Amino acid sequence: MERAELISLLSSRLGSALLSTAEMRNDDTLVVVDRKELVSAVGTLKNDPALGFTTLMNHLGADYRDKLAVIYNLWSPALRNKITVKVYLDRDNPEVPSLERAFHGISWYERETYDLFGIRFTGHSNLKRLLLPDDWEGHPLRKDYVAPQSYNGIETGRPDLLDEPAAAEGTGV
Amino acid sequence: MSKYSTQEMVLNMGPHHPSTHGVLRFILQTDGEMMVKATPDIGFLHRGIEKIAEGLPWQSFLPYTDRIDYVASVNCNLGYAVAVERLAGIAVPERADYLRVIAAELSRIGSHFIGFGALLLDLGAVTPFVHALRERETFNDLMEMLCGARLTHNYVRIGGVSQDLPDGFAEQCRAFVDHVEHEFLDEFNTLISRNTILINRLANVGVISAEAAEEYTLTGPNLRGSGVRFDLRKDEPYSVYERFAFDVPVGTGRCGSLGDSYDRYFVRIDEVAQSCRIVRQALDQLRAGGEIRAKLPKPFTVPAGEVYVRTESPRGELGFYLISDGGKNPFRVKIRTGSFSAMTIIEPISQGVMVADLVAIIGSLDIVAPEIDR
Repeated sequence: MERAELISLLSSRLGSALLSTAEMRNDDTLVVVDRKELVSAVGTLKNDPALGFTTLMNHLGADYRDKLAVIYNLWSPALRNKITVKVYLDRDNPEVPSLERAFHGISWYERETYDLFGIRFTGHSNLKRLLLPDDWEGHPLRKDYVAPQSYNGIETGRPDLLDEPAAAEGTGV
Repeated sequence: MSKYSTQEMVLNMGPHHPSTHGVLRFILQTDGEMMVKATPDIGFLHRGIEKIAEGLPWQSFLPYTDRIDYVASVNCNLGYAVAVERLAGIAVPERADYLRVIAAELSRIGSHFIGFGALLLDLGAVTPFVHALRERETFNDLMEMLCGARLTHNYVRIGGVSQDLPDGFAEQCRAFVDHVEHEFLDEFNTLISRNTILINRLANVGVISAEAAEEYTLTGPNLRGSGVRFDLRKDEPYSVYERFAFDVPVGTGRCGSLGDSYDRYFVRIDEVAQSCRIVRQALDQLRAGGEIRAKLPKPFTVPAGEVYVRTESPRGELGFYLISDGGKNPFRVKIRTGSFSAMTIIEPISQGVMVADLVAIIGSLDIVAPEIDR
């Protein structure tokens, strides 16, 4: 479907949940959705026979410094269109409803986003860290993250061989 | 009711276990030989590639993409390069596109050799694994000829490829794909694919319906094994894939039910033949001479914006979501991999199977651990 046609269809179906749309590169359409209406908006996108965005391609979090965002890449096999659904979140209290009911496969993606960005997904069945250890502090993909000097007594840094020739000599074999 | 009572036991499998294809762990709840539940525990190979990307210039990140899926590194290079090119609006010279397709399809052949070879090894069939690796050795030699590396190739560049074809490559490459398609696959199928024991181990094991596959975001051969004819090389062509004639093999319930482990195994066997066809056509259509790299501005920056680009890697949809703020480095790189989504379905389909069948299920999904953790 042509993008102009798709955008007018989306705005008629999503109503007030739709905050803005924009054309993206690679035949993609950006759809910014209100956080409070995310579940119903995704339900419409997935179940409305005229839209049929039934495939979740990808989910990620992003840190735009002034705010956080969650992004969902959806694909409609019927229309052969891609859309990028984005929800902006408050940096201090990032919370968004989980989409587990709409897409079973999103469970791990949301855990990863929680792990790396600290975004909480309300209603998630098992929201705990996925990639990092449970006792890790902080969320590394946030732009204000400072890497810890040590983890459980293990130093995380190492001497920079280019900056400190003395250290390099010391470690030579 | 049986007069013997049983009780559940919790078993640890991994992180160091020969059949987990890298470092990943399962917590198994078993009742005798029956599995109640297998809970995957991942993250042992998490290197923070997405974080590393934010600290490097766009081009310097390319060698790291080799390490996403080191079994098929060219496909990962290609996915990243295509995504950056779409975001920056770079046109790739035609010759470079053909060289990319040749390298990517050879890489797919080499990756599937590991994929079904390792599955057979996990099931105890050691000999066919050696046969598959013998052929992968020729692929390694070809790639060494092409770019000097045997595992992490780093062949693709943003805007093109690193080297042109060396003398004699086309002939050796043609001989390799002819041998694989017309001799090796027949030999391999005679040796093992029609073996009764193998069929008993794989048929009707780990059945994934088309609906479940889509629900759990399975992609690539795992999705096609469930009978869904969807291949990004056909359905959303990138590079020059629309110029080649090839089929998209899907599962048919050949020896059991649709979407079982045998279907996923055989889809990969069939895909190897199709990749051979693509390589041959690409060599035929390749015209002599021409640029292999587009001229890029220095210093190289990408206009501010966002893009999601997906390509067909041997393990399914390899997607790069890139955010640029117009600077020298990427602002955010998200890598969506086929193994990550394949892992999520193991817990639901492993309920009620035998412990030994879990190994067949993991192997048939062709999981590569670094691709899950990134």
